[in-house]
Amino acid sequence: MNWKKLPALFLALMLSGQAQSDPETDYLALQKLYQQKFPDIELAEFKDGVYAIDAKMREQWLEMEDFPAYEIAIDEGEELYNTPFANGKSYATCFGDDPGVKSGYPRFDEDLGKVVTLEVAINQCRLDNGEQALPWLIGDLARISSYMAFASRGKHFDIKIETPAARAAYNVGKQFYYSRRGQLNFNCSGCHQLNVGQMLRAERTSPTVGQATHWPVYRGKWEDVGTIHKRFQECNSQVRSLPLEPQSDVYRSLEYFLTFMSNGMELNGPGSRR
Amino acid sequence: MSNFRALQLTLLLGLLFAGGQVLAQAAGATDSELAERIAAGQKVLEDRKKGNCLSCHLIIGAELPGNTGPPLIGMQARWPDREALKAQISNPVLRNPNTIMPPYGLHRILTDAEIELLVDYIYSL
Ligand code: HEC
Ligand code: HEC
Repeated sequence: MNWKKLPALFLALMLSGQAQSDPETDYLALQKLYQQKFPDIELAEFKDGVYAIDAKMREQWLEMEDFPAYEIAIDEGEELYNTPFANGKSYATCFGDDPGVKSGYPRFDEDLGKVVTLEVAINQCRLDNGEQALPWLIGDLARISSYMAFASRGKHFDIKIETPAARAAYNVGKQFYYSRRGQLNFNCSGCHQLNVGQMLRAERTSPTVGQATHWPVYRGKWEDVGTIHKRFQECNSQVRSLPLEPQSDVYRSLEYFLTFMSNGMELNGPGSRR
Repeated sequence: MSNFRALQLTLLLGLLFAGGQVLAQAAGATDSELAERIAAGQKVLEDRKKGNCLSCHLIIGAELPGNTGPPLIGMQARWPDREALKAQISNPVLRNPNTIMPPYGLHRILTDAEIELLVDYIYSL
């Protein structure tokens, strides 16, 4: 018996009494929703997010992709990735010879009882080797993550939710996605499911399916590549609610839920967005 | 005239005057007063920090409207009951539990006075 697992197990037991949804069922229901809303668009195309829906926005985006703004971040990330730590070891010591490991993240760590995102794993590797952790939202961590995302291109998400504790973490993320918050009283699902594809001023909202495939993302507004937790914060702030801490347990669970909803889809990060 | 009667008379006149004002407002006040209220209501509606209603609703002639909600046209004819219209703006969840429209009154996004101005404006559409 691993005693560290106890809190997670307890939580799972408490939740199992309630009507708990099963991730596979949620996944199929969501796919059906978007097939009904967009009968002419293959689900796989939603890896391009809103650009799968709006032809005019897609055109502008493809022009940007000719000279992608994230290219420098990939190069810098590669250099950082290959620079040895002070102790002589490197990221490859943690991740193996192939840096293209993003298709397996986030994963649920049974021993920790927590969701581990790729960014958490990168910083853990640094800490384990006597280096300092890097800031979560933009900068060097997002660059290293961009390089690893680039090396993962063409692979397909293979996110596993196999134990009661993992399912409990998934449910925390799912609940967050469907709960109303903020002065404006929105839930993520209101914009990205119920009213998906509608215009909010000049912005059109993307489907939940495919939202996780292309991170980190370069945005002109950020003047840099940023991680998906930066986008979470922004969508929280937009509705006048307090954003959570990046890589907090709830945001990690949110990413776990969201990435599971992109399971099987092709990875195409890093991406660029308006 | 005793002081008491004078007081009574003043009170009566005061009440009549105040009542007249309320009546004038409900009937739309004078044309120029109403025009001012409509202009103020339009500002509340368009201000991104206040109503920001255009992010979801089309209003003819307005720039960059969204289409998440229905167009705001023919409002007098479609929403003759002023209180019902105010309730829709104040707490749209009452009509549609799944609505995406923010509860402007309930969550104090707008004051009561601002919602009144807004209604004067959209009744002019
Ligand atoms: C008021 C509407 C609204 C709400 C509520 C909202 N979003 Fe968004 N979201 C947007 C818009 C608009 C965009 C930019 C267009 C797009 O890519 O979808 C966006 C973009 C995103 C993206 C990036 C998509 C991509 O392809 O890069 C993610 C991820 C996301 N939202 C997640 C969330 C989460 C999680 C929540 C809840 C915490 C949430 N959103 C709530 C409107 C909203
Ligand atoms: C984020 C989207 C959104 C915003 C912002 C928004 N609305 Fe709405 N509104 C809707 C939707 C969607 C409906 C359709 C009914 C429903 O779901 O409640 C609606 C319905 C209405 C209706 C009823 C219209 C009809 O013809 O039935 C009125 C009136 C209205 N809104 C006024 C406003 C005003 C005034 C504002 C700004 C102060 C506003 N709305 C802001 C989304 C929005």
